[in-house]
Amino acid sequence: MAGSIYKNTGSLSKMIIRRDRIRIPLWLVGIAFFTLIIPIAFDGMYSSQQERDTMAETMQNPAMTAMVGPGDLNNYTTGAMTTHQMLLFTAIVVGLMSILLVNRHTRADEEDGRIEMIRSLPVGRLSNVNAAILVLAATNVVLAFTTGFGLYALGIESMGLEGSLLYGAVLGVTGIFFTGVTAVFAQLSESSRGVVGYSIAVLLIAYLVRAVGDVSNEALSWLSPLGWVTQTEAYSANNWWPVLLMIGVSIILFILAGYLNAIRDLEAGFFPSRPGRKNATAFLQSPIGLAVRLQRTGTIAWAIGMLVMGLSYGSVLGDLETFFEGNEMLEQMLVAKEGYTLTEQFIPMLMIIMGILSTVPPVMAMVKLNSEEKKNRIEHLLSRAVSRTRLIGSYFIAAAVNGFIMISLAAIGLWSAGTAVMEDSFSFDTIYGAALVYYPAILVMIGAAVLLIGILPKLTSLIWLYVFYSFIVLYLGGLFQFPEWAGKLSPFGYIPQLPVEDMKWMPIIALTIMALVLVVFGFIGYKKRDIEG
Amino acid sequence: MTVLKVDNLTKRFGKFTALDGVNLEVKEGEVFGFIGPNGAGKSTTIRVLLGIIKATGGQVRIFSKDAWAEAVEIHKRIAYVPGDVNLWPNLTGGEVIDLFVKLRGGNNQSRREELIRKFDLDPTRKCRTYSKGNRQKVALVSAFSSDADLYILDEPTSGLDPLMEQVFQECVKDAKKAGKSVLLSSHILSEVEKLCDRVGIIRQGKIIETGSLSELRHLTRTNLLVETKQPLTSLNELKGVHDIEERDKDLSFQVDTEELDSVIKHLTQFGIVKLESTPPTLEDLFMRHYESKGAGGVS
Repeated sequence: MAGSIYKNTGSLSKMIIRRDRIRIPLWLVGIAFFTLIIPIAFDGMYSSQQERDTMAETMQNPAMTAMVGPGDLNNYTTGAMTTHQMLLFTAIVVGLMSILLVNRHTRADEEDGRIEMIRSLPVGRLSNVNAAILVLAATNVVLAFTTGFGLYALGIESMGLEGSLLYGAVLGVTGIFFTGVTAVFAQLSESSRGVVGYSIAVLLIAYLVRAVGDVSNEALSWLSPLGWVTQTEAYSANNWWPVLLMIGVSIILFILAGYLNAIRDLEAGFFPSRPGRKNATAFLQSPIGLAVRLQRTGTIAWAIGMLVMGLSYGSVLGDLETFFEGNEMLEQMLVAKEGYTLTEQFIPMLMIIMGILSTVPPVMAMVKLNSEEKKNRIEHLLSRAVSRTRLIGSYFIAAAVNGFIMISLAAIGLWSAGTAVMEDSFSFDTIYGAALVYYPAILVMIGAAVLLIGILPKLTSLIWLYVFYSFIVLYLGGLFQFPEWAGKLSPFGYIPQLPVEDMKWMPIIALTIMALVLVVFGFIGYKKRDIEG
Repeated sequence: MTVLKVDNLTKRFGKFTALDGVNLEVKEGEVFGFIGPNGAGKSTTIRVLLGIIKATGGQVRIFSKDAWAEAVEIHKRIAYVPGDVNLWPNLTGGEVIDLFVKLRGGNNQSRREELIRKFDLDPTRKCRTYSKGNRQKVALVSAFSSDADLYILDEPTSGLDPLMEQVFQECVKDAKKAGKSVLLSSHILSEVEKLCDRVGIIRQGKIIETGSLSELRHLTRTNLLVETKQPLTSLNELKGVHDIEERDKDLSFQVDTEELDSVIKHLTQFGIVKLESTPPTLEDLFMRHYESKGAGGVS
């Protein structure tokens, strides 16, 4: 009866593929597109070896090494540059894909009781976890080959067949490795949130261990699977052994996941679930407290992320002058202004990125109201003495405060790191002011979300399209030479670009009023409509 | 005094008419049973009562206030238990109960503890680990530990075990004793029969019958079981006699309530040895309404 614990693995695999027939291709296309576009851009931006060497020089500092890992800086071809700057980040994204997809088909399904239905059918005990592993492994193999051959097909001189295939293979095996990690945590943790949390924690710890190791002690980096990723040195040394190592460890993880699955009860885990609070804290006992509490973990993660982003941008400010000199394309992206240093001209571009990214967590906090409604949880509040205005108002205030904290943290990070690396540093007021002028635009975005929730709740996700549009038009607008009106369709297009431009109060006031109008109309709409679910 | 009054309530979702002229009335100190099959409009009615969705037509007044415009004022005196309790997976049961009690206004810790003990609920566990029955207990504890004047309960016991159902019934009886009103929507007819003073039956968005149980029984059939000295003949020719069945020496059949007198007269001619009569159960009532095609129901 050895085969019986795997019975119907094939049918379950087909079902997973069927359920993810859009999701998986989207991930693959997204990652492949991202991987292929970067070397093309690099090849265009740094077309001469001299430009690339300048870039290599800029990269030669501990902050950059901690961020992207070691690279072949002495022979900085377009291929080496792509590997150095992109491979690690892309590998992290691939790892994330595997974590989310594996969890979706293992613990998340189990938690919702779907595995129970599957297991009541003639299906083996290990069939589901194996089907999930199988599909994800296949997905990552497809990813490895498409990116590998795709990179080779770009026909860039320094990107040969072996290097390209290795680059793809590293991405693929990283995905397979995190498939294994997630499959093991899916056995250990009792909740799908726990599975994703622990798996992402492994991903982050691997990144941090590698960062510390790459800067201080290379032996430490060997402990991290993401350290192995950079050890491949695709397009330079072309080491294949990390790929083999990763496959070996993955197989051990798969076996471990299968073993743990076989010895445990359905819907049980190995990590004990801690008992929670018996009573609610005073903070939780209001709609706003609930809104904040429900998103606590996510908000903290975003806050740390914004601070780290600010810090990492700040850490490159010291080397900017050498970096920009002689690079036409990057100069084109800046606001060319006489009398300002290149670093000063670089600040508005950073601020746009930070401003738009700071919009994401507050908009998420606002849109949460809509997903709560869809899950039938809003009726618990509205059937008690909570008015609709108080409810949506609570979410709005939580979102507005959230946005303020995010942009502030990014600015504080940028300023602290900048002060540490620059000889002639900016004042705190300059940086904080340049960031905070974006706050009214963030409020408009939150307001637009409020309006959608109030009037067109089914189309609430359109707000993400608007955020994405703003990012593309304003961040890449200078590069692609978009017409000016394209930028004016976004609230971010009206913000004065401090410190290069003068402060203008008109747009700030107008945007604030605009945000208020949107919010008021959203509130009125919310008051009038049926609650769905 | 009337606590809740629904007049000619209509609710349309696009072209679909979910509620078509519903009339309901719940009086003070009364337990009102609201019964009907899936999709008949029970939950939609309740959502209108709560001001969560807006009536297309008609009037809904609770405590003489408009259910839509003055929802918040009304909700200060209402406790609601939904049929399908969806909770936040990352909060504990205890936290949710406190939040709910606080949002309604009021805080009765001793009552909360007592109910948690009675319902045998572990308030320290995260809601994601609760079964359907346990999630329902969370909603029931928060409803009954608040001092409401009207309890709106939408199939509150569908996930509870018989023991817990007993506890629930005690809670409803206590509320009634304290002079509170209850609107109980339910599928469990024995429960409605035990608890409710009056019943309303909804079908395809229309109330087809309301009244006290005895009034409703009047409209329906009585079950008779008789044994006679001489063999009973020509029973099937009598008006208002249904479902005749022979059991050993006995004969069981149903009689329309209004024909009872003439049927008994007929029976006495054969010399009655044994006569057992049972009132119709709510289930009989219910089934009769739903088996017949027409919305009118009673013949």
